Amino acid sequence: MLTTPTLTEAFRCHNKTRQQLEHVKKSFFSTVEASPLKIPSTITALLIGVLVTLASVWIGQHHGLMPIDASVEASKIDDIFSAMLAISAGLFFLVQGAILYSVFFFRKKAGDETDAEPIEGNVPLEILWTAIPTVIVMWLAIYSFDVYRAVDGGNAIGSNHMAHAHHHEQVATMPGSAMAAPLPDSGSSPIQSTAGNPYPVQPASDEDRVLTVNVNGLQYAWIFTYPDTGIVSGELHLPLNQPVRLNISANDVIHAFWVPEFRLKQDAVPGQQTHLSFIPSKAGTYPLICAELCGAYHGGMRTRVLVQAPEEYQSWVKSQQTTASVDPQTIVAAVHDEAMKSQVAAMGFAPNGSAMDHMQHHALSEPETVQIAQAL
Amino acid sequence: MTQAELSDPKQLDPVVVASHGQNWREYFSFSTDHKVIGIQYLVTSFVFYLIGGVLAELVRTELATPQVDFVSRETYNELFTIHATIMIFLWIIPTLTGGFGNFLVPLMIGARDMAFPKLNAIAFWIIPPTGVLLMASFFVGPASAGWTSYPPLSLMVNKFGEAIWIAGVILLGTSSIMAGLNFLVTILRMRIPSMPLLKMPLFCWAMLATSALQLVATPVLTGAMVLLGFDLLLGTAFFNPTGGGDPVVYQHMFWFYSHPAVYIMILPAFGMISEILPTHARKPIFGYQAIAYSSIAISFLGLIVWAHHMFTSGTPDWLRMFFMIATMVIAVPTGIKVFSWVATIWGGKLRLCSAMLFAIAFVSMFVIGGLSGIMVASVPFDIHVHDTYFIVAHLHYVLFGGSVFGIYAGLYHWFPKITGRMLDETWGKIHFALTFFGFNLTFLPMHWLGLQGMNRRIAEYEPRFAAVNLVITIGSYILAVSTIPFLINAIWSWSKGKVAGPNPWNSLTLEWTTPSPPPVENFEVDPVLTHGPYDYGHPSRAETNTMTLVS
Repeated sequence: MLTTPTLTEAFRCHNKTRQQLEHVKKSFFSTVEASPLKIPSTITALLIGVLVTLASVWIGQHHGLMPIDASVEASKIDDIFSAMLAISAGLFFLVQGAILYSVFFFRKKAGDETDAEPIEGNVPLEILWTAIPTVIVMWLAIYSFDVYRAVDGGNAIGSNHMAHAHHHEQVATMPGSAMAAPLPDSGSSPIQSTAGNPYPVQPASDEDRVLTVNVNGLQYAWIFTYPDTGIVSGELHLPLNQPVRLNISANDVIHAFWVPEFRLKQDAVPGQQTHLSFIPSKAGTYPLICAELCGAYHGGMRTRVLVQAPEEYQSWVKSQQTTASVDPQTIVAAVHDEAMKSQVAAMGFAPNGSAMDHMQHHALSEPETVQIAQAL
Repeated sequence: MTQAELSDPKQLDPVVVASHGQNWREYFSFSTDHKVIGIQYLVTSFVFYLIGGVLAELVRTELATPQVDFVSRETYNELFTIHATIMIFLWIIPTLTGGFGNFLVPLMIGARDMAFPKLNAIAFWIIPPTGVLLMASFFVGPASAGWTSYPPLSLMVNKFGEAIWIAGVILLGTSSIMAGLNFLVTILRMRIPSMPLLKMPLFCWAMLATSALQLVATPVLTGAMVLLGFDLLLGTAFFNPTGGGDPVVYQHMFWFYSHPAVYIMILPAFGMISEILPTHARKPIFGYQAIAYSSIAISFLGLIVWAHHMFTSGTPDWLRMFFMIATMVIAVPTGIKVFSWVATIWGGKLRLCSAMLFAIAFVSMFVIGGLSGIMVASVPFDIHVHDTYFIVAHLHYVLFGGSVFGIYAGLYHWFPKITGRMLDETWGKIHFALTFFGFNLTFLPMHWLGLQGMNRRIAEYEPRFAAVNLVITIGSYILAVSTIPFLINAIWSWSKGKVAGPNPWNSLTLEWTTPSPPPVENFEVDPVLTHGPYDYGHPSRAETNTMTLVS
């Protein structure tokens, strides 16, 4: 049963706790922000602060958690992720460290039925741990806002000529029927590659160079239409380092266009049009995934995006244009079929029973191909 | 040691006092006793937890390999849809608000019952039939558009099951509104006269904040469900784009409830942790007022962040920025709570019983979920991880590492009060170790999966993710097995456990001043507060201790 703690015991305990609280405060402060505070009074606190800071910064730099960054936007998003991870790691170490320390060193001694020293609060400490997170999240909000503006290809708030991108525009007619007017010359204009720089980045404001692609999601395939060249494809081909603008729509249910290597995602909403602007910066083939639950075969709704050197891209355009004279309905059916095959292949499965069943199950009916072809 | 001065010490003897629920039939009746209703909630929702857990294990078994080889794709979608629905609406919300709220709030504030006992019983009795209805929908093909049930997909698959699902959500929402109203009135009007709001246990503060959310947000969900039901059954076009409807409007209405729902699912757990940590650390809660007011702040802010679930839905830029900032601001009151809890155990005399282990693990795991929560609040980062396993990891760190760990902490802590008997500590620690290990093995690797490019709600995935998914599936089996020691412990201890006595933890809140289990009237005489709920180690209280010891 409880008894009164002796005065000396209480005093000793009190001092100890105060000191330890001071440690937390100091190390916490010195880690989270390299703020111009006084050097913590004890060597241990300083040491812990320095170690936690170093460990957090190191983790932020070396986490290796993200896939390769294949767009200009991706590296900006990775920067913000790394910063957040470093801050999180610092807070994680401090909080978990304090918890573990308490569990090991503040355990009740056997037979000790007394209460601990009553400390009901510490106003400066509480102000500190209210103020610091406030500063951090405000900084993070501003940083995120900044990155968001940059990532959005200049489409974000208060911006320029492409101002209303990302708003959903209500489309009066059937889903998928409204597409943005093609921009003149884009896509077909040859790319001047800068010698010496392997990844010359074109400024996003250079409107003439923006390649427009209409992206249409339907159960369970993506169809890409290039309005300048009339190409219809089941895979997205993009020239390296050229700004791209995707007009995204959906035919039946909500889908979401996601390329992890681009770090970009945008829902495709039936009856509305959404947009995505970015600059692919690394040649390669990446998965293009539907990220919004769209039905039973949602997991199979994936295709590839090929970021190609300009010459390679042009030769693909040429090869496609020869088939462009065929009537659109055939193309849609073919593309859909091809998309089904390629997604089965992309999953790395042998075309076994279930995969074939998958394709048969989702062969488009004729009215569907007509509808989509008209929409395109 | 007690918060109240009781006139006759022999009333503390559980044998002498007629307690609630002496007849088992009472638990199957329309009882209006808040303690019986609390136990009804706890047991019913635990049964649904087990069912929801089985569904989760089926999902994980399918995901053990990249191919679709265990259940069909259609069934897979049904499994995760019903898993989430059960875990949210039939396990966490009813357990925390209905179960613990009902059992503890009146006892903690010295009331004889809830403000509206009949409403209370109605609110409970809506739940079992609705749960059965939802499970019965497996016979006709249940809802399979995810627990978010976004149109137009939800209007196109398993229509009959979807209609049952909508009806179920409306009914469970109604039950939740009734409970919220009841708690709000009870907490505001039925405290003993000597208990001002700022002497109230923090669990009651948390329930106050939770009830406000239930009252404000749940009706909007009901509205969304009614409109969705019209679209589904009557062919209207509120959300159906083929008739000119706007599916994004549904998302706004849905998340206007469903984000606050996250706080409905975590605030009561916060409250329980604020009770458990000081009791077993033998130290006052650090920063009582800051914790109390931060619950209210979280409750308010929780109402204005819903569109952070829609950063890729094509919402306007200014909206994304507003919701990003509002979401990040929630980190501040949440951080206050976490730091205060750590400061509470710092310098304490920790009794590492099962309740305390779960409570400390709650803080530890919730921190991970909270930190990943701040990350996903950042719009540019969320655009990458939205609808991926990163989100699955984040939400389970909050709802399992947070809410469920909190529930277990609460069960170990208040089981003696509820049943009059102690849970076995050895089994409790085995349960804790298995749960902690299984939980982290299951959900920690999911962060990596999401960042690398694995989207959620898929029955098949890229073979390069196979190994990690297998590890996760094994972790989920350990998590499933971890429930067994708890079940054995609870069933055995309920009848054969060590007799607890009124206050086995030497706790200071009012519910521990009455016998365990409490008598029908809760208190023989109206209790009078002689000290605050967390006055551990106070010199003023030491005298009371001595007096109690003498008596």
